[in-house]
Amino acid sequence: MHPAPSIIMFTALSGVGFGLLIWLGLGVPVLSSWTAFWAFGLAYGLSVVGLISSTLHLGHPERALKAFSQWRSSWLSREGVVSVAALLVMAPFAFWRVFLVPGGVGGLVGLDGLAGLEWLRWLGVLGAALSLLTVICTSMIYAQLKTVPRWNMGLVPVLFVLFSISGGALVTAPVAQTVMGTVVMLLVLTVLQWGYWRQGDRRFAAAGHSMETATGLGGIGSVRLLESPHSGTNYLLREMAFQIGRKHQRRLRLIAAVMVGLVPALLLVTVPLWWAGLVALGVHLVGLFASRWLFFAEAEHVVGLYYGKR
Amino acid sequence: MTTLPATTEKKLGLAIDLDTCVGCHACVISCKEWNTSNYGAPLSDTDAYGADPVGSFLNRVHTFEVTPDLGEAEKQVIGETPIAQVVHFPKSCLHCEDAPCVTVCPTGASYKRTEDGIVLVNEDDCIGCGLCAWACPYGAREMDPVEQVMKKCTLCVDRIYNENLPEEDREPACVRTCPAGARHFGDFADPDSNVSQLVAERGGISLMEEQGTRPVNQYLPPRQKTLADLAAKNSGFQGGCGTALAAEAKDAPGFFGWLDRALDKMG
Ligand code: SF4
Ligand code: SF4
Ligand code: SF4
Repeated sequence: MHPAPSIIMFTALSGVGFGLLIWLGLGVPVLSSWTAFWAFGLAYGLSVVGLISSTLHLGHPERALKAFSQWRSSWLSREGVVSVAALLVMAPFAFWRVFLVPGGVGGLVGLDGLAGLEWLRWLGVLGAALSLLTVICTSMIYAQLKTVPRWNMGLVPVLFVLFSISGGALVTAPVAQTVMGTVVMLLVLTVLQWGYWRQGDRRFAAAGHSMETATGLGGIGSVRLLESPHSGTNYLLREMAFQIGRKHQRRLRLIAAVMVGLVPALLLVTVPLWWAGLVALGVHLVGLFASRWLFFAEAEHVVGLYYGKR
Repeated sequence: MTTLPATTEKKLGLAIDLDTCVGCHACVISCKEWNTSNYGAPLSDTDAYGADPVGSFLNRVHTFEVTPDLGEAEKQVIGETPIAQVVHFPKSCLHCEDAPCVTVCPTGASYKRTEDGIVLVNEDDCIGCGLCAWACPYGAREMDPVEQVMKKCTLCVDRIYNENLPEEDREPACVRTCPAGARHFGDFADPDSNVSQLVAERGGISLMEEQGTRPVNQYLPPRQKTLADLAAKNSGFQGGCGTALAAEAKDAPGFFGWLDRALDKMG
Protein backbone atom coordinates (compact mmCIF):
# COMPACT_ATOMS: atom_id res chain seq x y z
CA MET A 1 0.00 0.00 0.00
CA HIS A 2 1.04 3.58 -0.52
CA PRO A 3 2.60 4.89 2.72
CA ALA A 4 0.98 8.34 2.75
CA PRO A 5 2.90 10.56 5.21
CA SER A 6 -0.36 11.97 6.59
CA ILE A 7 -1.57 8.49 7.51
CA ILE A 8 1.75 7.52 9.08
CA MET A 9 1.69 10.72 11.15
CA PHE A 10 -1.92 10.07 12.13
CA THR A 11 -1.48 6.52 13.38
CA ALA A 12 1.89 7.20 15.04
CA LEU A 13 1.31 10.55 16.77
CA SER A 14 -2.26 9.98 17.85
CA GLY A 15 -1.23 6.55 19.14
CA VAL A 16 1.45 8.01 21.41
CA GLY A 17 -0.78 10.94 22.42
CA PHE A 18 -3.65 8.69 23.48
CA GLY A 19 -1.16 6.37 25.16
CA LEU A 20 0.05 9.26 27.32
CA LEU A 21 -3.56 10.21 28.05
CA ILE A 22 -4.24 6.64 29.20
CA TRP A 23 -1.51 6.88 31.86
CA LEU A 24 -2.33 10.45 32.90
CA GLY A 25 -6.02 9.56 33.18
CA LEU A 26 -5.21 6.58 35.38
CA GLY A 27 -3.06 8.80 37.62
CA VAL A 28 0.25 7.15 36.72
CA PRO A 29 1.78 9.51 37.72
CA VAL A 30 -0.52 11.93 39.54
CA LEU A 31 0.59 15.32 38.23
CA SER A 32 -0.48 18.81 39.25
CA SER A 33 -0.08 22.38 38.17
CA TRP A 34 2.63 23.21 35.62
CA THR A 35 3.92 19.64 35.35
CA ALA A 36 0.37 18.53 34.56
CA PHE A 37 0.08 21.44 32.14
CA TRP A 38 3.05 20.32 30.06
CA ALA A 39 2.16 16.63 30.23
CA PHE A 40 -1.48 17.12 29.19
CA GLY A 41 -0.36 19.71 26.66
CA LEU A 42 1.95 17.16 25.03
CA ALA A 43 -0.70 14.42 25.11
CA TYR A 44 -3.42 16.61 23.63
CA GLY A 45 -0.98 18.12 21.15
CA LEU A 46 0.11 14.74 19.79
CA SER A 47 -3.43 13.33 19.63
CA VAL A 48 -4.92 16.40 17.98
CA VAL A 49 -2.09 16.86 15.46
CA GLY A 50 -2.44 13.16 14.64
CA LEU A 51 -6.19 13.40 14.16
CA ILE A 52 -5.90 16.55 12.05
CA SER A 53 -3.27 15.02 9.81
CA SER A 54 -5.63 12.10 9.19
CA THR A 55 -7.99 14.55 7.48
CA LEU A 56 -5.20 15.78 5.19
CA HIS A 57 -5.45 12.86 2.80
CA LEU A 58 -9.21 13.22 2.42
CA GLY A 59 -10.54 14.32 -0.95
CA HIS A 60 -13.23 16.36 0.79
CA PRO A 61 -12.14 17.29 4.32
CA GLU A 62 -14.94 19.87 4.49
CA ARG A 63 -17.40 16.97 4.79
CA ALA A 64 -15.46 15.28 7.61
CA LEU A 65 -18.32 15.67 10.11
CA LYS A 66 -20.34 13.14 8.12
CA ALA A 67 -17.79 10.52 9.17
CA PHE A 68 -19.25 10.45 12.69
CA SER A 69 -22.50 8.92 11.45
CA GLN A 70 -21.82 5.25 10.61
CA TRP A 71 -20.42 3.92 13.90
CA ARG A 72 -22.72 0.90 13.68
CA SER A 73 -20.73 -0.68 10.89
CA SER A 74 -17.56 1.32 10.26
CA TRP A 75 -14.38 1.20 12.34
CA LEU A 76 -13.26 4.47 10.78
CA SER A 77 -16.44 6.14 11.95
CA ARG A 78 -16.11 4.58 15.43
CA GLU A 79 -12.55 5.84 15.62
CA GLY A 80 -13.76 9.38 14.96
CA VAL A 81 -16.56 9.21 17.54
CA VAL A 82 -14.51 7.57 20.29
CA SER A 83 -11.46 9.80 19.82
CA VAL A 84 -13.50 12.97 20.18
CA ALA A 85 -15.34 11.50 23.19
CA ALA A 86 -12.00 10.63 24.81
CA LEU A 87 -10.63 14.14 24.33
CA LEU A 88 -13.83 15.75 25.68
CA VAL A 89 -14.24 13.45 28.71
CA MET A 90 -10.60 13.89 29.68
CA ALA A 91 -10.77 17.69 29.45
CA PRO A 92 -12.45 18.47 32.83
CA PHE A 93 -10.06 16.06 34.55
CA ALA A 94 -7.07 17.73 32.92
CA PHE A 95 -8.45 21.18 33.76
CA TRP A 96 -8.76 20.14 37.40
CA ARG A 97 -5.23 18.73 37.60
CA VAL A 98 -3.72 21.75 35.91
CA PHE A 99 -5.68 24.67 37.33
CA LEU A 100 -7.85 23.80 40.31
CA VAL A 101 -5.78 21.52 42.57
CA PRO A 102 -4.05 23.14 45.55
CA GLY A 103 -1.07 25.07 44.16
CA GLY A 104 -2.52 24.79 40.65
CA VAL A 105 -2.01 27.24 37.80
CA GLY A 106 -5.46 28.69 38.66
CA GLY A 107 -3.78 30.19 41.72
CA LEU A 108 -2.79 33.09 39.49
CA VAL A 109 -6.43 34.22 39.68
CA GLY A 110 -7.19 32.67 43.08
CA LEU A 111 -8.97 29.62 41.65
CA ASP A 112 -6.75 26.85 43.03
CA GLY A 113 -7.54 24.45 45.84
CA LEU A 114 -11.27 24.22 45.14
CA ALA A 115 -12.71 21.51 47.39
CA GLY A 116 -15.07 18.68 46.46
CA LEU A 117 -13.63 17.94 43.00
CA GLU A 118 -12.04 14.57 43.84
CA TRP A 119 -14.74 12.76 41.86
CA LEU A 120 -13.22 14.19 38.66
CA ARG A 121 -10.59 11.48 38.82
CA TRP A 122 -13.26 9.02 37.66
CA LEU A 123 -13.57 11.10 34.50
CA GLY A 124 -9.84 10.54 34.14
CA VAL A 125 -10.36 6.79 34.34
CA LEU A 126 -13.23 6.94 31.83
CA GLY A 127 -11.11 9.11 29.55
CA ALA A 128 -8.30 6.55 29.79
CA ALA A 129 -10.71 3.77 28.79
CA LEU A 130 -11.97 5.79 25.82
CA SER A 131 -8.38 6.57 24.79
CA LEU A 132 -7.58 2.87 24.80
CA LEU A 133 -10.70 2.22 22.73
CA THR A 134 -9.58 4.89 20.25
CA VAL A 135 -6.30 3.09 19.66
CA ILE A 136 -8.14 -0.21 19.21
CA CYS A 137 -10.49 1.40 16.67
CA THR A 138 -7.53 2.87 14.77
CA SER A 139 -5.92 -0.55 14.56
CA MET A 140 -9.19 -2.19 13.45
CA ILE A 141 -9.45 0.15 10.45
CA TYR A 142 -6.53 -1.86 9.08
CA ALA A 143 -6.95 -5.22 10.82
CA GLN A 144 -10.51 -5.60 9.44
CA LEU A 145 -9.31 -5.58 5.81
CA LYS A 146 -9.26 -9.12 4.45
CA THR A 147 -7.90 -7.64 1.23
CA VAL A 148 -4.54 -6.97 2.93
CA PRO A 149 -3.57 -10.29 4.54
CA ARG A 150 -0.60 -8.78 6.35
CA TRP A 151 -2.95 -6.49 8.27
CA ASN A 152 -5.74 -8.99 8.76
CA MET A 153 -4.28 -10.53 11.94
CA GLY A 154 -5.10 -10.43 15.66
CA LEU A 155 -1.56 -9.26 16.29
CA VAL A 156 -2.27 -5.87 14.70
CA PRO A 157 -4.53 -4.45 17.47
CA VAL A 158 -2.19 -5.92 20.10
CA LEU A 159 0.79 -4.22 18.48
CA PHE A 160 -0.98 -0.87 18.07
CA VAL A 161 -2.07 -0.88 21.73
CA LEU A 162 1.39 -1.85 22.93
CA PHE A 163 2.97 0.89 20.79
CA SER A 164 0.53 3.36 22.27
CA ILE A 165 0.88 2.51 25.96
CA SER A 166 4.64 2.03 25.89
CA GLY A 167 5.14 5.25 23.91
CA GLY A 168 2.98 7.06 26.46
CA ALA A 169 4.69 5.45 29.43
CA LEU A 170 8.13 6.50 28.14
CA VAL A 171 7.46 10.17 28.65
CA THR A 172 6.63 10.06 32.34
CA ALA A 173 8.59 6.96 33.35
CA PRO A 174 11.39 8.86 35.21
CA VAL A 175 8.84 11.05 37.04
CA ALA A 176 6.40 8.26 37.81
CA GLN A 177 9.20 5.91 38.92
CA THR A 178 7.92 3.34 36.46
CA VAL A 179 11.18 2.82 34.60
CA MET A 180 11.36 -0.93 35.12
CA GLY A 181 7.75 -1.50 34.04
CA THR A 182 8.27 0.67 30.97
CA VAL A 183 11.46 -1.15 30.04
CA VAL A 184 9.63 -4.46 30.20
CA MET A 185 6.85 -3.08 27.97
CA LEU A 186 9.44 -1.81 25.46
CA LEU A 187 11.14 -5.19 25.30
CA VAL A 188 7.84 -7.01 24.81
CA LEU A 189 6.99 -4.48 22.10
CA THR A 190 10.27 -5.17 20.30
CA VAL A 191 9.68 -8.92 20.39
CA LEU A 192 6.08 -8.57 19.17
CA GLN A 193 7.15 -6.19 16.41
CA TRP A 194 9.58 -8.82 15.18
CA GLY A 195 6.90 -11.47 15.51
CA TYR A 196 4.50 -9.34 13.45
CA TRP A 197 7.01 -9.13 10.62
CA ARG A 198 7.70 -12.87 10.74
CA GLN A 199 4.03 -13.80 10.77
CA GLY A 200 3.15 -11.12 8.22
CA ASP A 201 5.70 -12.44 5.71
CA ARG A 202 3.79 -15.72 5.53
CA ARG A 203 0.27 -14.30 5.61
CA PHE A 204 -0.43 -13.72 1.93
CA ALA A 205 0.40 -17.26 0.90
CA ALA A 206 -1.38 -18.69 3.96
CA ALA A 207 -4.59 -16.84 3.05
CA GLY A 208 -4.62 -18.85 -0.18
CA HIS A 209 -4.97 -15.97 -2.65
CA SER A 210 -3.45 -16.41 -6.08
CA MET A 211 -4.00 -15.27 -9.65
CA GLU A 212 -5.90 -18.52 -10.11
CA THR A 213 -8.46 -17.76 -7.38
CA ALA A 214 -8.59 -14.08 -8.38
CA THR A 215 -9.59 -14.94 -11.94
CA GLY A 216 -11.45 -18.14 -11.11
CA LEU A 217 -9.48 -19.76 -13.94
CA GLY A 218 -7.44 -22.07 -11.71
CA GLY A 219 -9.58 -25.01 -12.81
CA ILE A 220 -8.15 -24.70 -16.31
CA GLY A 221 -4.52 -24.10 -15.53
CA SER A 222 -2.00 -21.62 -14.21
CA VAL A 223 -2.61 -17.99 -14.97
CA ARG A 224 -0.29 -15.15 -15.91
CA LEU A 225 -0.97 -11.61 -17.04
CA LEU A 226 -0.56 -11.18 -20.77
CA GLU A 227 -1.68 -7.58 -21.08
CA SER A 228 -2.47 -4.98 -18.46
CA PRO A 229 -5.86 -3.31 -18.95
CA HIS A 230 -4.17 0.08 -19.27
CA SER A 231 -0.73 1.12 -20.47
CA GLY A 232 -0.35 3.92 -17.92
CA THR A 233 -0.86 3.82 -14.20
CA ASN A 234 -4.10 4.31 -12.27
CA TYR A 235 -5.48 4.91 -8.77
CA LEU A 236 -5.31 1.22 -7.87
CA LEU A 237 -1.67 0.80 -8.83
CA ARG A 238 -0.57 4.02 -7.16
CA GLU A 239 -2.47 3.33 -3.97
CA MET A 240 -2.18 -0.43 -3.62
CA ALA A 241 0.82 -1.71 -5.55
CA PHE A 242 3.41 0.63 -4.04
CA GLN A 243 6.85 -0.97 -4.05
CA ILE A 244 9.61 1.49 -3.11
CA GLY A 245 9.49 0.90 0.62
CA ARG A 246 9.77 -2.86 0.26
CA LYS A 247 13.18 -2.52 -1.34
CA HIS A 248 14.67 -1.23 1.92
CA GLN A 249 12.75 -3.67 4.06
CA ARG A 250 15.69 -5.26 5.89
CA ARG A 251 17.40 -1.98 6.79
CA LEU A 252 14.22 -0.29 7.91
CA ARG A 253 13.28 -3.29 10.02
CA LEU A 254 16.61 -3.08 11.81
CA ILE A 255 16.28 0.66 12.37
CA ALA A 256 12.76 0.22 13.71
CA ALA A 257 13.61 -2.73 15.93
CA VAL A 258 16.51 -0.90 17.61
CA MET A 259 14.96 2.57 17.93
CA VAL A 260 11.49 1.51 19.00
CA GLY A 261 12.48 -0.16 22.26
CA LEU A 262 16.14 -1.00 22.83
CA VAL A 263 17.68 2.49 22.69
CA PRO A 264 14.85 4.17 24.65
CA ALA A 265 15.05 1.44 27.31
CA LEU A 266 18.81 1.91 27.62
CA LEU A 267 18.31 5.68 27.96
CA LEU A 268 15.73 5.31 30.70
CA VAL A 269 17.88 2.93 32.69
CA THR A 270 21.12 4.93 32.43
CA VAL A 271 19.83 8.51 32.73
CA PRO A 272 17.60 8.85 35.82
CA LEU A 273 16.56 12.45 35.05
CA TRP A 274 13.09 13.72 34.10
CA TRP A 275 14.08 14.80 30.57
CA ALA A 276 15.36 11.32 29.74
CA GLY A 277 11.71 10.48 29.05
CA LEU A 278 11.43 13.15 26.38
CA VAL A 279 14.69 12.16 24.69
CA ALA A 280 13.59 8.52 24.78
CA LEU A 281 10.31 9.57 23.15
CA GLY A 282 12.23 11.29 20.35
CA VAL A 283 14.21 8.12 19.63
CA HIS A 284 11.11 5.97 19.94
CA LEU A 285 9.27 8.16 17.41
CA VAL A 286 11.98 7.61 14.78
CA GLY A 287 11.57 3.86 15.26
CA LEU A 288 7.81 4.17 15.25
CA PHE A 289 7.83 6.12 11.96
CA ALA A 290 10.07 3.48 10.38
CA SER A 291 7.78 0.74 11.66
CA ARG A 292 4.64 2.47 10.33
CA TRP A 293 6.29 3.18 7.01
CA LEU A 294 6.89 -0.56 6.69
CA PHE A 295 3.39 -1.34 7.95
CA PHE A 296 2.00 0.41 4.87
CA ALA A 297 4.77 -0.08 2.31
CA GLU A 298 5.05 -3.84 2.88
CA ALA A 299 1.30 -4.44 2.88
CA GLU A 300 0.26 -6.25 -0.28
CA HIS A 301 -3.30 -5.82 -1.49
CA VAL A 302 -4.96 -8.76 -3.25
CA VAL A 303 -5.97 -6.51 -6.17
CA GLY A 304 -2.32 -6.71 -7.28
CA LEU A 305 -3.07 -10.26 -8.43
CA TYR A 306 -5.14 -8.91 -11.32
CA TYR A 307 -2.02 -7.08 -12.45
CA GLY A 308 0.25 -10.07 -12.01
CA LYS A 309 1.97 -8.52 -9.03
CA ARG A 310 1.75 -8.31 -5.29
CA MET B 1 -26.67 3.47 5.99
CA THR B 2 -23.59 1.37 5.62
CA THR B 3 -25.01 -1.71 7.29
CA LEU B 4 -25.94 -4.23 4.63
CA PRO B 5 -29.50 -5.37 3.92
CA ALA B 6 -30.01 -8.98 5.10
CA THR B 7 -31.39 -9.81 1.71
CA THR B 8 -32.44 -7.90 -1.40
CA GLU B 9 -35.58 -8.39 -3.49
CA LYS B 10 -33.67 -8.64 -6.75
CA LYS B 11 -30.02 -9.39 -7.33
CA LEU B 12 -29.24 -7.49 -10.47
CA GLY B 13 -25.87 -8.13 -12.02
CA LEU B 14 -23.87 -9.33 -14.98
CA ALA B 15 -22.90 -12.72 -16.31
CA ILE B 16 -19.73 -12.27 -18.34
CA ASP B 17 -18.83 -14.92 -20.89
CA LEU B 18 -15.07 -15.41 -20.96
CA ASP B 19 -15.45 -17.80 -23.87
CA THR B 20 -16.93 -15.10 -26.07
CA CYS B 21 -15.18 -11.91 -24.99
CA VAL B 22 -12.67 -10.80 -27.62
CA GLY B 23 -11.04 -8.10 -25.50
CA CYS B 24 -12.07 -5.20 -27.72
CA HIS B 25 -12.54 -2.76 -24.79
CA ALA B 26 -15.72 -1.37 -26.38
CA CYS B 27 -17.52 -1.92 -23.06
CA VAL B 28 -14.83 0.11 -21.29
CA ILE B 29 -15.33 3.05 -23.59
CA SER B 30 -19.12 3.03 -23.69
CA CYS B 31 -19.14 2.77 -19.89
CA LYS B 32 -16.83 5.77 -19.66
CA GLU B 33 -18.97 7.73 -22.09
CA TRP B 34 -22.29 7.03 -20.39
CA ASN B 35 -21.00 7.62 -16.89
CA THR B 36 -19.18 10.79 -17.86
CA SER B 37 -22.36 12.33 -19.21
CA ASN B 38 -24.80 11.07 -16.59
CA TYR B 39 -24.94 9.93 -12.91
CA GLY B 40 -22.59 11.84 -10.61
CA ALA B 41 -19.30 13.57 -11.33
CA PRO B 42 -17.79 12.99 -14.79
CA LEU B 43 -15.09 10.33 -15.06
CA SER B 44 -12.09 12.54 -15.53
CA ASP B 45 -8.72 12.07 -17.17
CA THR B 46 -5.56 13.95 -16.31
CA ASP B 47 -2.83 14.50 -18.90
CA ALA B 48 -5.06 12.63 -21.34
CA TYR B 49 -2.87 13.33 -24.38
CA GLY B 50 0.45 13.62 -22.55
CA ALA B 51 3.11 11.17 -21.45
CA ASP B 52 1.48 10.13 -18.19
CA PRO B 53 -2.26 9.84 -18.66
CA VAL B 54 -4.34 8.75 -15.65
CA GLY B 55 -8.09 8.52 -15.55
CA SER B 56 -10.93 6.90 -13.69
CA PHE B 57 -12.74 3.99 -15.29
CA LEU B 58 -15.49 1.77 -13.90
CA ASN B 59 -14.73 -1.18 -16.13
CA ARG B 60 -11.35 -2.51 -17.18
CA VAL B 61 -10.41 -5.45 -19.41
CA HIS B 62 -7.40 -7.52 -18.33
CA THR B 63 -5.87 -10.16 -20.58
CA PHE B 64 -4.52 -13.37 -19.11
CA GLU B 65 -2.83 -16.44 -20.45
CA VAL B 66 -3.91 -19.75 -18.94
CA THR B 67 -1.60 -22.74 -19.30
CA PRO B 68 -3.07 -26.16 -18.48
CA ASP B 69 -1.09 -28.17 -15.93
CA LEU B 70 -0.66 -31.38 -17.94
CA GLY B 71 -0.02 -34.89 -16.66
CA GLU B 72 2.22 -37.17 -18.80
CA ALA B 73 -0.77 -39.15 -20.06
CA GLU B 74 -2.52 -36.09 -21.44
CA LYS B 75 0.57 -35.09 -23.41
CA GLN B 76 0.43 -38.43 -25.32
CA VAL B 77 -2.92 -37.92 -27.03
CA ILE B 78 -1.95 -35.55 -29.79
CA GLY B 79 -4.93 -33.52 -30.91
CA GLU B 80 -6.78 -33.77 -27.66
CA THR B 81 -4.04 -32.11 -25.64
CA PRO B 82 -5.42 -28.99 -23.94
CA ILE B 83 -3.49 -25.91 -24.99
CA ALA B 84 -2.64 -22.60 -23.38
CA GLN B 85 -5.18 -19.93 -24.19
CA VAL B 86 -5.64 -16.21 -23.99
CA VAL B 87 -8.55 -15.09 -21.83
CA HIS B 88 -9.84 -11.53 -21.99
CA PHE B 89 -11.23 -10.62 -18.65
CA PRO B 90 -13.54 -7.61 -18.17
CA LYS B 91 -13.79 -6.53 -14.55
CA SER B 92 -16.15 -4.08 -12.88
CA CYS B 93 -18.06 -3.97 -9.58
CA LEU B 94 -19.56 -7.38 -8.79
CA HIS B 95 -22.30 -5.89 -6.55
CA CYS B 96 -21.36 -8.33 -3.79
CA GLU B 97 -23.98 -9.58 -1.34
CA ASP B 98 -21.52 -9.19 1.55
CA ALA B 99 -19.96 -6.02 0.22
CA PRO B 100 -17.02 -5.06 2.47
CA CYS B 101 -16.74 -1.72 0.67
CA VAL B 102 -20.11 -0.69 2.11
CA THR B 103 -19.61 -1.57 5.77
CA VAL B 104 -16.25 0.22 6.05
CA CYS B 105 -17.59 3.54 4.75
CA PRO B 106 -17.66 6.05 7.64
CA THR B 107 -20.09 8.51 6.08
CA GLY B 108 -22.92 6.39 4.70
CA ALA B 109 -21.97 7.47 1.17
CA SER B 110 -21.65 3.82 0.13
CA TYR B 111 -24.78 1.72 0.31
CA LYS B 112 -26.42 -1.37 -1.11
CA ARG B 113 -30.00 -0.99 -2.34
CA THR B 114 -32.61 -3.26 -0.76
CA GLU B 115 -34.77 -3.39 -3.89
CA ASP B 116 -32.23 -4.60 -6.43
CA GLY B 117 -28.91 -5.10 -4.63
CA ILE B 118 -27.04 -2.44 -6.61
CA VAL B 119 -24.09 -0.97 -4.68
CA LEU B 120 -23.87 2.80 -5.10
CA VAL B 121 -21.97 5.84 -3.84
CA ASN B 122 -23.79 9.02 -2.91
CA GLU B 123 -21.06 11.39 -4.02
CA ASP B 124 -22.38 14.33 -1.99
CA ASP B 125 -21.63 12.41 1.21
CA CYS B 126 -18.27 10.98 0.14
CA ILE B 127 -15.25 12.46 1.94
CA GLY B 128 -12.81 10.73 -0.41
CA CYS B 129 -11.08 8.68 2.30
CA GLY B 130 -10.49 5.77 -0.06
CA LEU B 131 -11.15 3.09 2.55
CA CYS B 132 -13.86 1.43 0.46
CA ALA B 133 -11.41 0.98 -2.41
CA TRP B 134 -8.99 -0.67 0.01
CA ALA B 135 -11.76 -2.98 1.21
CA CYS B 136 -12.72 -4.16 -2.30
CA PRO B 137 -10.72 -7.23 -3.35
CA TYR B 138 -11.47 -6.69 -7.04
CA GLY B 139 -10.19 -3.17 -7.70
CA ALA B 140 -13.70 -2.11 -8.65
CA ARG B 141 -13.52 1.35 -7.09
CA GLU B 142 -11.36 4.21 -8.24
CA MET B 143 -11.01 7.68 -6.78
CA ASP B 144 -11.71 10.29 -9.41
CA PRO B 145 -8.46 12.25 -9.92
CA VAL B 146 -10.26 15.57 -10.35
CA GLU B 147 -13.44 15.39 -8.26
CA GLN B 148 -11.78 13.39 -5.44
CA VAL B 149 -14.88 11.29 -4.84
CA MET B 150 -15.18 7.53 -5.14
CA LYS B 151 -16.39 6.23 -8.50
CA LYS B 152 -17.75 2.77 -9.19
CA CYS B 153 -20.05 0.85 -11.53
CA THR B 154 -23.69 1.80 -10.95
CA LEU B 155 -24.97 -1.02 -13.14
CA CYS B 156 -26.23 1.95 -15.18
CA VAL B 157 -28.98 2.55 -12.65
CA ASP B 158 -29.89 5.60 -14.73
CA ARG B 159 -30.50 3.47 -17.84
CA ILE B 160 -32.10 0.28 -16.65
CA TYR B 161 -35.19 2.01 -15.17
CA ASN B 162 -35.15 4.98 -17.55
CA GLU B 163 -38.48 5.26 -19.32
CA ASN B 164 -37.15 8.02 -21.55
CA LEU B 165 -34.98 5.47 -23.31
CA PRO B 166 -36.28 3.01 -25.88
CA GLU B 167 -36.95 -0.41 -24.32
CA GLU B 168 -33.87 -2.05 -25.88
CA ASP B 169 -31.56 0.55 -24.35
CA ARG B 170 -32.71 -0.15 -20.79
CA GLU B 171 -29.68 -2.25 -19.92
CA PRO B 172 -26.17 -1.30 -18.82
CA ALA B 173 -24.15 0.55 -21.47
CA CYS B 174 -21.47 -2.17 -21.54
CA VAL B 175 -24.05 -4.88 -22.23
CA ARG B 176 -25.78 -2.83 -24.88
CA THR B 177 -22.51 -2.13 -26.65
CA CYS B 178 -20.70 -5.48 -26.56
CA PRO B 179 -20.28 -6.58 -30.19
CA ALA B 180 -19.62 -10.19 -29.19
CA GLY B 181 -22.65 -10.63 -26.96
CA ALA B 182 -20.34 -11.59 -24.10
CA ARG B 183 -22.17 -9.60 -21.43
CA HIS B 184 -25.55 -10.55 -20.02
CA PHE B 185 -27.61 -8.48 -17.61
CA GLY B 186 -30.34 -9.86 -15.37
CA ASP B 187 -31.71 -10.85 -11.98
CA PHE B 188 -29.75 -13.58 -10.23
CA ALA B 189 -32.45 -13.91 -7.55
CA ASP B 190 -34.81 -15.30 -10.18
CA PRO B 191 -33.80 -18.89 -11.06
CA ASP B 192 -35.54 -18.59 -14.45
CA SER B 193 -33.78 -15.40 -15.56
CA ASN B 194 -31.43 -15.38 -18.55
CA VAL B 195 -28.39 -14.98 -16.32
CA SER B 196 -29.38 -17.67 -13.80
CA GLN B 197 -29.95 -20.11 -16.68
CA LEU B 198 -26.58 -19.30 -18.24
CA VAL B 199 -24.80 -19.74 -14.93
CA ALA B 200 -26.51 -23.08 -14.29
CA GLU B 201 -25.72 -24.31 -17.81
CA ARG B 202 -22.11 -23.18 -18.01
CA GLY B 203 -21.02 -23.43 -14.38
CA GLY B 204 -20.56 -19.79 -13.36
CA ILE B 205 -17.49 -18.76 -11.37
CA SER B 206 -17.32 -16.34 -8.44
CA LEU B 207 -14.10 -14.40 -8.20
CA MET B 208 -11.83 -14.83 -5.15
CA GLU B 209 -14.46 -16.74 -3.20
CA GLU B 210 -12.11 -17.07 -0.20
CA GLN B 211 -12.70 -13.37 0.50
CA GLY B 212 -16.27 -14.19 1.49
CA THR B 213 -17.83 -11.31 -0.43
CA ARG B 214 -20.41 -13.44 -2.29
CA PRO B 215 -20.27 -11.60 -5.63
CA VAL B 216 -23.50 -11.33 -7.60
CA ASN B 217 -21.72 -11.00 -10.97
CA GLN B 218 -20.67 -14.36 -12.36
CA TYR B 219 -18.11 -15.37 -14.98
CA LEU B 220 -18.78 -18.12 -17.51
CA PRO B 221 -15.53 -20.07 -17.96
CA PRO B 222 -13.83 -20.35 -21.35
CA ARG B 223 -14.19 -23.74 -22.99
CA GLN B 224 -10.97 -25.74 -22.99
CA LYS B 225 -9.32 -25.61 -26.39
CA THR B 226 -7.19 -28.47 -27.71
CA LEU B 227 -4.33 -28.89 -30.18
CA ALA B 228 -6.88 -29.79 -32.81
CA ASP B 229 -8.56 -26.40 -32.33
CA LEU B 230 -5.17 -24.80 -32.69
CA ALA B 231 -4.98 -25.96 -36.27
CA ALA B 232 -7.71 -23.42 -36.86
CA LYS B 233 -4.98 -20.76 -36.80
CA ASN B 234 -3.53 -18.71 -34.01
CA SER B 235 -1.76 -15.52 -34.90
CA GLY B 236 1.28 -14.49 -32.84
CA PHE B 237 0.33 -12.29 -29.93
CA GLN B 238 2.98 -10.25 -28.23
CA GLY B 239 2.13 -9.13 -24.74
CA GLY B 240 3.92 -6.13 -23.36
CA CYS B 241 2.43 -5.66 -19.96
CA GLY B 242 3.89 -4.20 -16.89
CA THR B 243 6.41 -1.71 -18.26
CA ALA B 244 4.56 1.24 -16.77
CA LEU B 245 4.28 -0.68 -13.50
CA ALA B 246 8.02 -1.27 -13.38
CA ALA B 247 8.69 2.40 -14.07
CA GLU B 248 6.45 3.22 -11.09
CA ALA B 249 8.91 1.59 -8.69
CA LYS B 250 12.05 3.40 -9.76
CA ASP B 251 12.99 7.04 -10.17
CA ALA B 252 10.19 8.29 -7.94
CA PRO B 253 10.18 12.08 -7.61
CA GLY B 254 9.87 14.16 -4.43
CA PHE B 255 10.06 12.92 -0.85
CA PHE B 256 9.84 9.20 -1.66
CA GLY B 257 12.57 9.51 -4.25
CA TRP B 258 14.82 11.31 -1.78
CA LEU B 259 14.20 8.70 0.90
CA ASP B 260 14.84 5.96 -1.65
CA ARG B 261 18.23 7.40 -2.54
CA ALA B 262 19.16 8.21 1.07
CA LEU B 263 18.49 4.65 2.14
CA ASP B 264 20.42 3.34 -0.87
CA LYS B 265 23.48 5.27 0.29
CA MET B 266 23.36 3.66 3.71
CA GLY B 267 25.00 0.68 2.05
S1 SF4 C 1 -16.92 -5.65 -6.26
FE1 SF4 C 1 -15.87 -4.36 -4.79
S2 SF4 C 1 -16.93 -2.40 -4.94
FE2 SF4 C 1 -18.28 -3.91 -5.87
S3 SF4 C 1 -19.62 -4.58 -4.19
FE3 SF4 C 1 -17.92 -6.06 -4.28
S4 SF4 C 1 -16.46 -5.23 -2.80
FE4 SF4 C 1 -17.88 -3.56 -3.26
S1 SF4 D 1 -14.16 7.17 -0.17
FE1 SF4 D 1 -16.28 7.91 0.05
S2 SF4 D 1 -17.56 6.13 -0.37
FE2 SF4 D 1 -15.48 5.35 0.03
S3 SF4 D 1 -15.42 4.87 2.23
FE3 SF4 D 1 -14.67 6.99 2.03
S4 SF4 D 1 -16.53 8.25 2.27
FE4 SF4 D 1 -17.24 6.17 1.86
S1 SF4 E 1 -17.27 -5.18 -25.33
FE1 SF4 E 1 -17.69 -7.37 -25.04
S2 SF4 E 1 -16.14 -8.41 -26.28
FE2 SF4 E 1 -15.43 -6.29 -26.03
S3 SF4 E 1 -14.12 -6.36 -24.19
FE3 SF4 E 1 -16.17 -5.82 -23.47
S4 SF4 E 1 -17.11 -7.78 -22.93
FE4 SF4 E 1 -15.32 -8.27 -24.18
